[in-house]
Amino acid sequence: MSHELPYIAAIGEAIQLEMERDPTVLYFGQNIATTDDDPFLTAFGPDRVRVTPISETAEIGMAVGAALAGYRPVVELYMAEFMLVAMDQVVNEANRFHYMSGGKVRVPLVLKAGYGFTAGWAGQHTGSIYGMFVGVPGLKVALPATAADAKGLMATAIRDDNPVCFFHHYLLTLEHGEVPDGEYLVPFGVADIRRPGKDVTIVATGWCVDRALNAAERLSAEGIEAEVIDPRTLAPLDTRTILESVGRTGRLVLVDQSTRHGSVSAVIAAEVADEGFGLLRAPIKQVTALDATIPYSEPMEAYILPDEDKIVTAVKQVVGQAPVAAKT
Amino acid sequence: MSSEANAAGLDRDRLIWIYTQMLRIREFEERVKGTFEEHPGAIRGHTHLADGAEASIVGSLAALRDGDQVLATYRCHGYPLALGTDSKAMMAEIYGKSTGLCGGFGGSMHLVDVERGFLGTSGIVGQGIPHATGAAYAAQIRGKGQVVLSFFGDGASKQGAFAESLNIASLWKLPVVYVMENNNYNVVTRSDQEDANAAAGEPLAVKAKAYSMPGVTVDGGDPLAVYDVMRDAVERARSGGGPTLVESKVYRLSAHGNIIAPPGVPLHYPEHEAITVFGNREEYEAALRGDPVPRFRARLIEDGTLDAAQADAIAEQVHTEMQAAVEFAWESPLPDPSEAVNHVYA
Repeated sequence: MSHELPYIAAIGEAIQLEMERDPTVLYFGQNIATTDDDPFLTAFGPDRVRVTPISETAEIGMAVGAALAGYRPVVELYMAEFMLVAMDQVVNEANRFHYMSGGKVRVPLVLKAGYGFTAGWAGQHTGSIYGMFVGVPGLKVALPATAADAKGLMATAIRDDNPVCFFHHYLLTLEHGEVPDGEYLVPFGVADIRRPGKDVTIVATGWCVDRALNAAERLSAEGIEAEVIDPRTLAPLDTRTILESVGRTGRLVLVDQSTRHGSVSAVIAAEVADEGFGLLRAPIKQVTALDATIPYSEPMEAYILPDEDKIVTAVKQVVGQAPVAAKT
Repeated sequence: MSSEANAAGLDRDRLIWIYTQMLRIREFEERVKGTFEEHPGAIRGHTHLADGAEASIVGSLAALRDGDQVLATYRCHGYPLALGTDSKAMMAEIYGKSTGLCGGFGGSMHLVDVERGFLGTSGIVGQGIPHATGAAYAAQIRGKGQVVLSFFGDGASKQGAFAESLNIASLWKLPVVYVMENNNYNVVTRSDQEDANAAAGEPLAVKAKAYSMPGVTVDGGDPLAVYDVMRDAVERARSGGGPTLVESKVYRLSAHGNIIAPPGVPLHYPEHEAITVFGNREEYEAALRGDPVPRFRARLIEDGTLDAAQADAIAEQVHTEMQAAVEFAWESPLPDPSEAVNHVYA
């Protein structure tokens, strides 16, 4: 059984269900639960649900401390960029305590942050900065593209015994989708093949997954069948599913809203080149944001970002139906 | 001598416990320091000693009860020792051995002993303060009357983590006591060069005022004075009254850390920065004259708690313990290299 929910509400449903299930789950952060009739506050009380000051270092650092002391905090950080003022806590504290203690302590916490608000939010609220957290030992990174995955990945994140960066895309906030009722867990490290295809593998993340699916439909009309894969978690990364797909198609296009040199597509390209070079019948193509800050004005913003046309062009290049440009 | 009267609640056993823990910390740190000549190369990286802060550490921990918790900084050898952690496992950790407290994953700066309430440290200045604050939030929710102590240095009080944490702790009335061990130096910079309060001639405890919590300055060389202040602060925290900032004035008797040098250059402990950087030998020698360990010994002998023979016997027992710790560390095996990929994820 399922029900239809907006992406953002699916995340909230997961938090609510996990808080009902496990009394050690906490939910705190900026601009939540500021009124007495807040549904989380009325359901779980002021011990477990608290508004904080705009103090990211303390919010995340306190989550580390509460986790060390046996709780499972979910920190509402609003925007991914806000984590940058507290970077030490994310990439040099939360992720290292388990390791440095030789496994004596655990730091189960979830950092919930929106990203990629490419709707005129200009330079400091639009970044797809998840690449910064991939490859940080001890951190896990979840990047849901659908309402169902948003629910299932959040529930899994809360139950995970490690710090998890849960990044939800702002442009997907009100996208509706069918969400399974009740307890629903999406395992980490298991990619979802969203569309099967024999001619080319497209690996897309977050908001780019729907762009890739739309591009695949256009390509299908021209006789090119693309397989579209959403990794869903970037750490751990399901390279096996990607390599198996490349084994079937021999071609790989990577779509990622991050800047090209800070993207997870660069990591996937390296892994496939390392482990699956012999499977490839064409060079790997990356369709990413350009290496620039996101500009405010709409035509410039669009110029920077990946889109369906750029994906279609890249696919035609790897299947030999279009000239290869110097850079996509 | 006001602290004597205030500390009247401490019985003879407790006074001897305080003295013994102070001696254990001193002896442990002396042995770590001596290792740079005794077993050159056995200790890698950077090691920070607590000699000079023993009275502050033990006087603070004496105010705790079972179930309370402690978080600290990279200068962290003293707390777990006094909380009861095995000195052998601690020394072996510092030697990078598989028998170490954290299996050789942490080293000198990252000791953890959850069973004894020592939740851990951060090697980054100030960043452990929110961890302690979060543990205090957990204690508040748990509702079992636990108190958390957050130890950090004077330098940390210029970090945003300090400001953000003290604000929330006071706002939420969290059961935490912030113990700022003010040794007047951050690495090689004197406090009056980098702290507005110090430059204005004010105690650093005035920072508490900005967060509407009590701020107290205490002589960190006197364990009973520290205990006296901490007992009140811990009681206030335990009873729901909220946090206190305690500025405990100590003098670090070693340099900030051992010499940092590339492999091949022998590491050692240089002289204190008062001498090496500021050419002020008299400041350092005055601090030595006020050394808290012999000072407390003399006091216990003077008030009849111990006689000299008893005090010597404790010192001998501590010496034997730390000799065994060094031998255990030295003789223990190194970890299997492939262990290094364990514990990345829980």
